[in-house]
Amino acid sequence: MDIDHTYEAIVIGTSAGGLSALTALLSILPSYYSLPIIIVQHRSKDHQNLLEEVLQSKCLIKIQQAEEKESILAGVVYIAPPNYHLLIERDYTFSLTSDEPVNYSRPSIDVLFESAALVYANKLIGIILTGTNRDGSEGMSVIKQYAGLTIAQDPKEAEFPAMPLAAIQAHVIEQVWQLAEIQKFLINIHADNEKR
Amino acid sequence: MNVESKEIKQLLQSILSAYGYDFTEYAEASVRRRMSLFMSTRKITAFPDFAHLLLRDEMIFEQFIQELSVTVTEMFRDPDFYKSLRDHVIKRLATYPFIKVWVAGCATGEEVYSIAILLKEANLLDRAVIYATDINQRSLQIAKEGVFPIDRMKQYTQNYQHSGGTESFSDYYTSKYDSVLFDKSLRKNIVFSSHNLAVDKSFNEFQLILCRNVLIYFNQQLQNKVINLFYESLCPFGILGLGNKESLLFSEKKSFFDDVDRKEKIFIKNI
Ligand SMILES: C[S@@+](CC[C@H](N)C(=O)[O-])C[C@H]1O[C@@H](n2cnc3c(N)ncnc32)[C@H](O)[C@@H]1O
Repeated sequence: MDIDHTYEAIVIGTSAGGLSALTALLSILPSYYSLPIIIVQHRSKDHQNLLEEVLQSKCLIKIQQAEEKESILAGVVYIAPPNYHLLIERDYTFSLTSDEPVNYSRPSIDVLFESAALVYANKLIGIILTGTNRDGSEGMSVIKQYAGLTIAQDPKEAEFPAMPLAAIQAHVIEQVWQLAEIQKFLINIHADNEKR
Repeated sequence: MNVESKEIKQLLQSILSAYGYDFTEYAEASVRRRMSLFMSTRKITAFPDFAHLLLRDEMIFEQFIQELSVTVTEMFRDPDFYKSLRDHVIKRLATYPFIKVWVAGCATGEEVYSIAILLKEANLLDRAVIYATDINQRSLQIAKEGVFPIDRMKQYTQNYQHSGGTESFSDYYTSKYDSVLFDKSLRKNIVFSSHNLAVDKSFNEFQLILCRNVLIYFNQQLQNKVINLFYESLCPFGILGLGNKESLLFSEKKSFFDDVDRKEKIFIKNI
């Protein structure tokens, strides 16, 4: 696929099966990746930093938990903390909220994706990976509405197909790809950004 | 919700002039989200209609405040925080002849009863007064009554035990149908009142201030302003407890506080 304009941020949502899918995508990225990557992985509130530590042990790129009102920087992977929703402000900082769970989830993928779409509009890439509920479909529809790029992991490959499938059935997904294709795409947009 | 920042700012400004409620320094992404939820439950599709309605109809505005002031809370929320209070803060409080505590942004009061239980178990409740404040009148009313749904008690009992509580938690309340009423003895030294952190001044001097999961709804400037207010309202070596994800990062008073427990966001005013 031709990449016809610069992207500024990537958001990823996943639930069950997410750890291995995220590891597959993030472990191939260089330490100086040219975009910020912001992730909601449904997680238990009993393990405060485990996810970040496990991912960091397998990746070159810097992995950290998103912090309240922190500025978003390229080359960092931010993960939503357990038990808070993660939102993006117009000045490219994070806000956390303890609002009610959405789709039984806090953090919720929909909440992150909707606020990211408003800020990054057509410069945003949304990726939905393996998972068990339908969180993320609404958010993907907003990303699409703002002309961002929407990608779902191929449900045939996904460990838990329900979540990418729900987004696909909502007709808000442009590309249905296997992890290997998503990997290639992530490397390509980085290479492309470097050329500019 | 496809609305320019400018329009949201204008509406918040008009709300301030019309009603005296200042939401202009709230974190925009979250205000926007609450507005959008409010509009969709009331089937309002156009933002100008929504703005017009809020400014014209005070009843609707009251309902909107309910939507905006997120009341999500629980007893002994983040049990490790309360454990740390038991381990590091209670014995400091015990050195004062008279203890004043401020719970700012107390929502429906679960946090207030939790701190009352902590004080009671340390035999300090009789010489303590807890001021519990919020902007949300309806929440304050619920807090005052001290009646909570019975189906939350299982979780609260677990939280209580994780926080190091060793009494029988159910001794603190009596059940009736599907709710529980917390003991009068816990309530007698609690003063519930309305206070708006964005505009109201300091009203006393405290040995302990808790303000948890409120600052996250504010932008950096308002966070700074509110920390200044707490700084003014704390006695020398007074204790400030914030929410799990909150910090003094955006505060010009940062260097006037030391960590009591960095992880649990418990600070001590160092002068
Ligand atoms: C998420 S609740 C937190 C409740 C409790 N402190 C806890 O941590 O469980 C946030 C509370 O902050 C209150 N609040 C919001 N803006 C406020 C303001 N300007 N002044 C006082 N309270 C405010 C809301 O009404 C709400 O009750």
